[in-house]
Amino acid sequence: TPYPQWPYCRKRCSYCNFNTYVVPAVDEAAVRACLLREAQTLLRLGRVHSVTSVFFGGGTPSLASPHTVGAVLEAVAGAAHLPAGAEVTLEANPSSASASRLAGFRAAGVNRLSIGVQSLDDAELRLLGREHTAEEARKAVEGARGLFPGRTSIDLLFGLPGQSRDAWAPRLEGALGLCDDHVSLYQLTLERGTALAAQVRGGALPTPPQDLLADVYHTARTVLVAAGFRHYEVSNFARKGAISTHNLSYWRADQYIGVGPGAHGRFVPRAEGGRSREARVQTLEPVAWMREVQSQGHGTRSRAVLSPLEQLEELLSLGLRTDEGVTHERWERFSPQLSLQDVFGAPGEARALQQQGWLVLDGGGLRCTWAGLAVLDSLLPDLLWQLQRV
Amino acid sequence: QEKLDMSTYPVESIRNFSIIAHVDHGKSTLADRLLEITGTISKTDHNKQVLDKLQVERERGITVKAQSASLFYNHEGINYLLNLIDTPGHVDFSYEVSRSLSACQGVILVVDANEGIQAQTVANFYLAFEAQLSIIPVINKIDLKNADPERVEQQIEKLFDIPTDECIRVSAKQGTNVEKVLQKVIEKIPPPQCNTADPLKALVFDSTFDHYRGVIANVALFGGEVEKGHQIVSAHTKKRYEVNEVGILTPNEQPTHKLYAGQVGYVIAGMKEVTEAQIGDTLFLYKQPVEPLPGFKSAKPMVFAGMYPADQTEYNNLKSALERLTLNDSSVTVHRDSSLALGAGWRLGFLGLLHMEVFNQRLEQEYNMSVILTAPTVPYKAILSSAKLIKEHGKDQITIINPAQFPDKLSVSEYLEPTVLGTIVTPHEYIGKIITLCQDRRAVQKDMLYIDENRVMLKYLFPLNEIVVDFYDALKSLSSGYASFDYEDAGYQSADLIKMDILLNGNPVEELATIIHKDKAYAAGKLLCERLKETIPRQLFEIAIQAAIGKKIIARETLKAYRKNVVAKCYGGDITRRMKLLKRQAEGKRLMRKIGNVEVPRDAFIRVLKRETNK
Repeated sequence: TPYPQWPYCRKRCSYCNFNTYVVPAVDEAAVRACLLREAQTLLRLGRVHSVTSVFFGGGTPSLASPHTVGAVLEAVAGAAHLPAGAEVTLEANPSSASASRLAGFRAAGVNRLSIGVQSLDDAELRLLGREHTAEEARKAVEGARGLFPGRTSIDLLFGLPGQSRDAWAPRLEGALGLCDDHVSLYQLTLERGTALAAQVRGGALPTPPQDLLADVYHTARTVLVAAGFRHYEVSNFARKGAISTHNLSYWRADQYIGVGPGAHGRFVPRAEGGRSREARVQTLEPVAWMREVQSQGHGTRSRAVLSPLEQLEELLSLGLRTDEGVTHERWERFSPQLSLQDVFGAPGEARALQQQGWLVLDGGGLRCTWAGLAVLDSLLPDLLWQLQRV
Repeated sequence: QEKLDMSTYPVESIRNFSIIAHVDHGKSTLADRLLEITGTISKTDHNKQVLDKLQVERERGITVKAQSASLFYNHEGINYLLNLIDTPGHVDFSYEVSRSLSACQGVILVVDANEGIQAQTVANFYLAFEAQLSIIPVINKIDLKNADPERVEQQIEKLFDIPTDECIRVSAKQGTNVEKVLQKVIEKIPPPQCNTADPLKALVFDSTFDHYRGVIANVALFGGEVEKGHQIVSAHTKKRYEVNEVGILTPNEQPTHKLYAGQVGYVIAGMKEVTEAQIGDTLFLYKQPVEPLPGFKSAKPMVFAGMYPADQTEYNNLKSALERLTLNDSSVTVHRDSSLALGAGWRLGFLGLLHMEVFNQRLEQEYNMSVILTAPTVPYKAILSSAKLIKEHGKDQITIINPAQFPDKLSVSEYLEPTVLGTIVTPHEYIGKIITLCQDRRAVQKDMLYIDENRVMLKYLFPLNEIVVDFYDALKSLSSGYASFDYEDAGYQSADLIKMDILLNGNPVEELATIIHKDKAYAAGKLLCERLKETIPRQLFEIAIQAAIGKKIIARETLKAYRKNVVAKCYGGDITRRMKLLKRQAEGKRLMRKIGNVEVPRDAFIRVLKRETNK
């Protein structure tokens, strides 16, 4: 599943540490040409027959023109089979999601929209350094729902410095009234090097207490589930079947191809004779990336073969983030010799965690319980250690 | 190397002296200048603390081991032999200072021209005064902006009864007036009173170990002479040796034909360990025994700490590092010890906390070892009442240095704790706070007197364990550094001791167990629980951290369980980073200590036990 990146934004939000660039002018034609070229090169490299989904990420993909989006999709269709019903998602910022613009994207082939709302409170939006107001976000979501009914997702953040427990419940209600059938609810992570992290570290803003974050998360889960959502991944909720196919590909360790500056991918470069899944990263800096694409067809900065153990480790760590967990069939694909039962069924860490109520290992595979999902990172080191020993 | 002929220096031309001062007043710098002026070392810009050979000495600016140097100086036509003995200044080493002084007839007392008389100035003055040495006051650092030599001279007159016109104002850094100091040494300090015709009587005031030549004993001859081939005997060990080499220190070893009464130098006599040449020992000729010089004490450790390698695979490396380091430090006692938690290690005895810190620092710097140090403890005793235990130990009184060995109250008729008699000299404005501090440390006042209109001397009997951790720092800080402290062993006293355990979810943590006085248990237990709460990571269940005496819980902290611990986003680049972190954590699990079901990182204990340095 191709994962093209549009690595440009109009401004950097205070909490963002992505590989994105704020530049006065973008030579869209040049960038587009390189995206097309790299997409074709890598799809051929992976000998991809059929594409399951496409996801335009970044940066702010809604800053690119619908023309660019359309051209990338055409290039993908040219190099592999792009089925008519394949999920094509575009990430959008409310400030570049006018009705006409969104219509343009739909015409270009986009059939799902993910809007970065983050918060419905103006003060919080300012704290986050967002470009839009709550009202603008509301309008954008409504417009999107009109064009992509049942296929609109909103991103929300919680755990902002200074956010109180009491303020959260009404916020959530407000979001529920607005959203479509998919919500990505992320706890704000203060990443090193961001303006917001510096403010908290310097003492200008308070650090959100651990217990508050736990409470907010648990409340949110409960409320969303009560509203009919399925909590299908740590931070992702969907109802009426509106699960994101693209994101599942990460958690199920399917293949995905990152295209564009800083994009990440996981696939087997079969055309080169490769037999193993590789972890690949494209060159971060756009100008350097373009040069490489122009001269070599793609700008892959690093590639590392993942050993069978490493692949299993990723499958385990990511798969357990979903409510489905890791199924026996999927595990078997990566570990034909040793089944889930062989590794985790014997007396050991996994057995203990099961007894304590954090995990389940049964006919459906290995997965976290409702409570276990919230503390997954406390369970994983034990499980990885158990896996390594085998 | 050409051997020097020391016979050209009759006793009348010899001066043996020491430089004493408060910390940082310029003792070692003055020594550097004296060495330069007398041509003992060449004058360059690099002469800084020449006599402080140890890296730790140079870094901390302190003198740990006494060094000596023989200087030659011509004054008014006569060639003089001036023996300078550098001394450690810290209270932990007062024994070494007193031994060095017993080899001298006078001292240079250095006082900072701005700071004036400080605690150690007073303490050292008294040592010299009691030893009846001539005292030459030198006011140093007159080059600095805030220098007020006149005020200091008056302090000296008032406190020490030395006329102001006897003070010499110098700048050791710039060399100003230093030559005058040398001249005063010759004029004011008497030559040693001894006779080469008497039988050999040599005081050992230091010893070092050299891999090729064995033990080098620094000696001062109080009578007789010594040369290669002589048979000598140690008064303490009674062992006999043959002298291989004698010489003086300039400050490096310079062999001579002989050493004569009144002279200071070194003797190499086939001794294999520094314990064979202990500080304060007397050496004499075989078949000519003499009255040993007074004041000899076997090194008495005052503070014990457990020392374990950070990882058991490092055990052998640490073992050889300890062996080599103790070759040169006979005052460290070493016993093998082991702990359930930390594996095989040792319990080391030190003269005091500074001694322990310096030792640890030398271990890191010179042998590249990082170790786990457990809480300092003192040697408690117990008088057993249980027939079974008495039989087991072979006697009815035992010394306890590891809490794991603490015998139960039922088997004991009396517990004893070591005590010291502490002397505090302080300006009178701090008396109130100091008395409170001492009372807080279970000390009993034995004496209090005004030594002049401003200063008071207090004598308190302290339980040793109350002062080993941070008494000195506390005293300094509440007296703005003006109070001085010195102590000496005062035997044992009866004490209400208990063993305090630390429990995690009901399971005891062996390396945190401490022997403590009943009255102090609650405060110590509470502090330990609080510290542990901060150092143990949260887990999937609640953790009860408790301090207990037997079955009784005396303090408690609760570490709540994790209710959320999962990273919010995991896409793209995050995945690689995440995997790295998770795998590191999985690795870390192997190094975790498991106490019951609680996982504790290895360094949690160290952080909790480590003395808080320089708050």
